[in-house]
Amino acid sequence: MSQGKNVGIGMPLKWPYPIRYREETEVSADVLVLGGGLAGCFAAISAARKGLKVVLVDKSCTIHSGAAGTGIDHWMGCPANPASKITPEQYTLSPTETFRGGYSNVIATYIMARDSYDVLLELEKMGMKVRDTEDEFKGADFRDEKTKLLFAYDYENKHCVRIWGTGMKPALYRECKRLGVNIYERTMVTSLLTEGGKQGARVVGATAVNTRTGEFYIFKAKASVLCMCTPERLWIFSTEWTGLVGRDGPPTNAGDGHAMAWRAGAEFTMMERSDHEEWGGSTGIGSMMFSSGSSFATWYPCSIVDANGKEIPWVDTEGKPIPTISQRTHPAPGQDFFSLVLGGGEGGTSSVPHLIPDLAERIKKGEFALPLYADLPGMPQHERRAIFGLMVGQEGHTWAVYRNLTHAGFDPDKDLLQVYELAPAPPGWRRLRYGGLAHDWDLKTNLDGLYAAGQQIFDGCGASHACSTGRWAGNKAAEYAMRADKPVLSREQVDSEKARVYLPIERSDGIEWKELESGIAKVMQDYCGDTKTEELMNIGLKSFSEIKQAEASTLCARNPHELMRTLEVLDILTCCEIIIHASLARKASNRWLSFERLDYPEDDPPQWRKWVTLKLEDNEVKVDELSLDYYGSLKESYEAHKK
Amino acid sequence: MEKACVTPNLVTPNKPVIFDANVCNGCNRCVEVCMSDVFMPNPEKGKPPIILYPDECFYGGCCVKECPLHDKGAIRLNWPLMQRVRWKRKETGEHFRVGMLNPPPPNTRPPA
Repeated sequence: MSQGKNVGIGMPLKWPYPIRYREETEVSADVLVLGGGLAGCFAAISAARKGLKVVLVDKSCTIHSGAAGTGIDHWMGCPANPASKITPEQYTLSPTETFRGGYSNVIATYIMARDSYDVLLELEKMGMKVRDTEDEFKGADFRDEKTKLLFAYDYENKHCVRIWGTGMKPALYRECKRLGVNIYERTMVTSLLTEGGKQGARVVGATAVNTRTGEFYIFKAKASVLCMCTPERLWIFSTEWTGLVGRDGPPTNAGDGHAMAWRAGAEFTMMERSDHEEWGGSTGIGSMMFSSGSSFATWYPCSIVDANGKEIPWVDTEGKPIPTISQRTHPAPGQDFFSLVLGGGEGGTSSVPHLIPDLAERIKKGEFALPLYADLPGMPQHERRAIFGLMVGQEGHTWAVYRNLTHAGFDPDKDLLQVYELAPAPPGWRRLRYGGLAHDWDLKTNLDGLYAAGQQIFDGCGASHACSTGRWAGNKAAEYAMRADKPVLSREQVDSEKARVYLPIERSDGIEWKELESGIAKVMQDYCGDTKTEELMNIGLKSFSEIKQAEASTLCARNPHELMRTLEVLDILTCCEIIIHASLARKASNRWLSFERLDYPEDDPPQWRKWVTLKLEDNEVKVDELSLDYYGSLKESYEAHKK
Repeated sequence: MEKACVTPNLVTPNKPVIFDANVCNGCNRCVEVCMSDVFMPNPEKGKPPIILYPDECFYGGCCVKECPLHDKGAIRLNWPLMQRVRWKRKETGEHFRVGMLNPPPPNTRPPA
């Protein structure tokens, strides 16, 4: 077989696209959607349905872009489906689940809990498969026979739906096209434009650069919806592990949205929250997410056995042994319901049944022999097929896992897949997961004309959250656009951004983006790692300030693709600075936020039970606070803003 | 006398996908749908794309999925050596590994 040589290696190639650095295209819209993932597509769709002129800008290719661009297996937070036994209010305010001591985004969680079933039905109409129409799982404990919906985790309460999510992005893409959304792909947004060019003023558009031609775009809009992802490449970076970070998110998730919103004066919260990478194995150095045996998430509730076939016991929330497979998917006696806790925090208790927590010690004592394996053959037939055939087949980048493993001869009916997730990641390997924009019930930020959804807002996580908040924010942005004044751009602001964007291609003797990114990651590990102090974090900020003036001012890029990566790393640097500022501002440890201050060890003291918010005002960091219950009353607020 | 050649160090791993140039018709669909934009079209029309940024691949597989000829083997995802996981047949205790020589026959069952 001819394998096609890697022609690029060692041989200079001619850039395949026309180069159009600095050439300008100006585009006008009623609603401008920035980011083309799940939230962005839904925002664009809901605004377009109101008959408005909608432009969507995507750094990647919209048919498969975003955190769920390759697929998704769970539709979490769907208590409004007809088979569910819990209410959206129960789901949102459950102390052991989503509420997390009050450190959760109640507004967005409730919008998801109320709307996500309706959104799922919309996706079904767009052509995504959401139910077991072939009756392959007929009779399974996790199937609702009436609706043919399949459920995960808590089979009793049925609030998390198993879906055929590899079809989600293609369906959304088609719908955007059908509704006439004007999509600009391979176009990286670099800044938000504000009225009069002033920080904190109304957002009236954005600038962007094409990642293949280098062409410059000026977008002008009455309202904008920012729908980009939480940055993933902050504490960990390597070019020799898969996907730059080796994490489950694509490398496009560089925090561009966070950085541009910050520079425009938007207000952030929860940025001090980061989590230690619990499993070294899932960071790409051992194996890709879910490509090896597991009992977690996509692989829930798979049995795990040791090298001699001895089963690793499971326990419930209280640590009580649960010997049967069925107990893993039903609430414990006295427990109202459970779901996978996204963002439980290091101190948060997991209400999901799990493997014995002292497994590592018991292995050392000789009770279990390594290596461990996922015992798919030992699972009941429907469970086995659901885990490997459906969930692994549909989850982000495990479509390829299913294909590659089966092609290599792996047979879930006969084979035990090795578990690699045992070793914790090295110290300081953390991940920002939940920090983002503060917002009101309209998902509007503190800036007029700027709405946000998905992972762009604080505590944003999951496909159903992204789609539900995207739809909501798109509607609200459209309403605003219908009554807003004509946007007026500041040419001075455009010119200054244009000058910034093209600096790296004007230099020829300096460092490249990879070296800067590795350097940033090291600063984060050393000065904003697992334990934090005032002194350490101040050194971190000082380091970043020095790096900006020295190394980062020499960044070089040789083509539009490298320019994109270079601009990304500058955004990553900005995100890291926000994180350190936020971490300095919270002078108390907080287990719900996985936040440990050595110099302020008391956990969650009463005077710190609040959101810490921060934004730039006249380019100075301004810290403020917001009460944890600022969402007010759930049902009334939802109804009042739903209209 | 044999010749030695020299280039600066390569990024590795650098073959995230393997094209079969005999099957691939150079339609460049994979170039269009790659999230990370790791490919570029081959300057020679009809030939498989060039993998320009292999280290930016995150193995999502969109290129394979969208390839009109993927079932004929035009493109396949090639996990780096460190990602090639092992498994064991429960009944017999035989060990296997992705990438092994003489692998067991493929399991042809499609996903649910």
